[in-house]
Amino acid sequence: MPNDYFAGIDVGSLSTEAVIVDSNKHLLSYSIVNTGINSSAAAEEALSEALQKAELPRNRIAKIIATGYGRAAVGAAHKRMTEITCHAAGAQQLFPEVRTVIDIGGQDSKVIHIGQDGQLVDFAMNDKCAAGTGRFLEIMAKRLEVKLEKLGDLALLAEKAVSISNTCTVFAESEVVSLVAQNHPIDEIIRGLHVAIVNRIWNQVQTVGVHGQVALTGGVALNRGVVNLLEEKLEQTLEIYSEPQIVGALGAAILASK
Amino acid sequence: MSLTGQLRYHFMKDIGAPALMGLQNITKKKRIRKPDPLFAPPLECTARLKEIMTRHYYLARFVPGAKPVAWVTSGAPVELLRSFGFYTIYPENHGSLVGAKKQGANMCAIAEGAGYSPDLCSYARIDLAHTLSGKTPAGRLPKPDILFAANNICQTIVYWFKAIAHHYDIPLILLDTPFNYSAINDGDIKYMVAQLQEMIPVLEQAAKKKFNYAEFQEIIGRARDTSLAWSDVLATMKNRPAPMTIFETFFHLAPIVSLRGLPVTYDYYQILLEELQQRVRQGIGAVTNERKRLMWDNIAIWYKVRDHSVQFAEQGMNFVTATYTNAWAETTVYMDVNNPFESMAKTYSLVILNNNLDYRLRLMERLIKEYQVDGLVIHSARSCKPYSVGQYDIKRKLRERLGIPAVVIDGDITDARAYSEEQTRTRLEAFFETMGD
Repeated sequence: MPNDYFAGIDVGSLSTEAVIVDSNKHLLSYSIVNTGINSSAAAEEALSEALQKAELPRNRIAKIIATGYGRAAVGAAHKRMTEITCHAAGAQQLFPEVRTVIDIGGQDSKVIHIGQDGQLVDFAMNDKCAAGTGRFLEIMAKRLEVKLEKLGDLALLAEKAVSISNTCTVFAESEVVSLVAQNHPIDEIIRGLHVAIVNRIWNQVQTVGVHGQVALTGGVALNRGVVNLLEEKLEQTLEIYSEPQIVGALGAAILASK
Repeated sequence: MSLTGQLRYHFMKDIGAPALMGLQNITKKKRIRKPDPLFAPPLECTARLKEIMTRHYYLARFVPGAKPVAWVTSGAPVELLRSFGFYTIYPENHGSLVGAKKQGANMCAIAEGAGYSPDLCSYARIDLAHTLSGKTPAGRLPKPDILFAANNICQTIVYWFKAIAHHYDIPLILLDTPFNYSAINDGDIKYMVAQLQEMIPVLEQAAKKKFNYAEFQEIIGRARDTSLAWSDVLATMKNRPAPMTIFETFFHLAPIVSLRGLPVTYDYYQILLEELQQRVRQGIGAVTNERKRLMWDNIAIWYKVRDHSVQFAEQGMNFVTATYTNAWAETTVYMDVNNPFESMAKTYSLVILNNNLDYRLRLMERLIKEYQVDGLVIHSARSCKPYSVGQYDIKRKLRERLGIPAVVIDGDITDARAYSEEQTRTRLEAFFETMGD
């Protein structure tokens, strides 16, 4: 039996994803697990789960590429590549017309420009700061005692946004505390936070430029508030995969199959 | 200047320091370095470079009382000072030394403790920290008699040197260089020449020595020859493979920055040039497997030079040019012994940091072509705002015009707290992936 399956593992700060594709680059299965404090164990767990779903034994995997912040910890990987290249490859596979990818992950965000042939042309990443990442929203959700999944919808319900002047996560958090104390409606504060994060991302978008169709990847793509505000800025609809977190791992699996 | 001070200085210069350094060489355990497969053996000149710089900093402690001392900015027209015999200390060079010794963050913290903002340039913070605490890994810096600055590199320097002048209660002599928005005009030149001429009586008084025009001309001539030699040193890297890496030039730059106009500097670049030309003839590359050639923009990340040189060499990538090292070869053409004041006005006001972005773009385009550059690494330095502003536009323009891939890394020249290891690794690895094979 030939080893004609390929795996990609994306070890992120919050979650770890594994994707298995066949030699025709068709997605067979995927898994999402919490990274926790042991990246290599999370990678193993994600891979085992994906194999189980695909009903494949381990030895049928010909090549594994690891990506994400914990890529160095994936012992089983044959190769390691950055999430920038992997997100570009994943988005390209899902949406061949896409030339710009915005990825908003747990601890970083990036904007990627893909060339005509799918090659990486340029990219920008957030600087050493959590503002403009999933972590920003996570911290604010906790502070406002709102479920993270509900945050985006609440932002959309608000009629206006309270202005959040701080771009630093720590300062923005204390600003939120003051706003709550001043009895500002929670949904308006939430909308203000979404405006802040989208403005932050927008700066990165502008350094790379908007080219062709735009895809949004990473866990924050599940937040409808962010999506809505970003689309307003872009003046176009974002391409979003139903499981936006797995795009990096999918890209890694696609690259492994090449 | 006292007689005993002069005797002590000359004794140390001619007998004491050479003897001490000779002794150090004997007692120092000879480290036998295993040959590194990534690099050619180190340049033999490096030993001479270390000797020159160590001696300069060591002798500095015997200077007070023997010679007038000036603290000088990297872009100040030091040739004028040389004719008065000032012993010059470059706080920026001192800052880079502290950075390379990985003491930048510690020194910066001292300045921050005294109330200076962490957003202030880290060279300034290190210098202020040393001034306030006397601490430095360089031994001891001599107290300045005057400060000599030009604002062609930034405006921070003006306020930083004002703080130092206030602390020591000494004169600050400043050359104000109008920013070059499109082209330099006669008014700008006249304005700068007048300033240079006004400095002469102040310097005469500080140095207790009359200005000697012929001597000044001679110094300008030597400075020009030295700058041309530096230019030739850099030009050897146009060869494939390049005989030196830019990370090495960051260190070999020290004499032209801080001992400019002195015979020792001219002599040093002659022997460095000879060694590099020898390498070129033998086809020796500094990076053994030079697959790709890169350009560096902005000042070095001093505490990371070694790490970066290994990281890039592992990819078969060598930095063959940098806007930073080029800055000391950039305006040499304007140096003219027959017209020293006007030529200094041009030489010092038309440098990269006092020039418009279009100039910078054209300069980078030229370097990329001349040195056959495949990719560009841009250091966005938290300390150096004039150097870091406009980098994203330049990056975009260069990609549009030359199709050259580029990456921006955030960091700082000496303050390691502004550098994120993981973030930078990911950006650089993505850049390597962009460069492909």
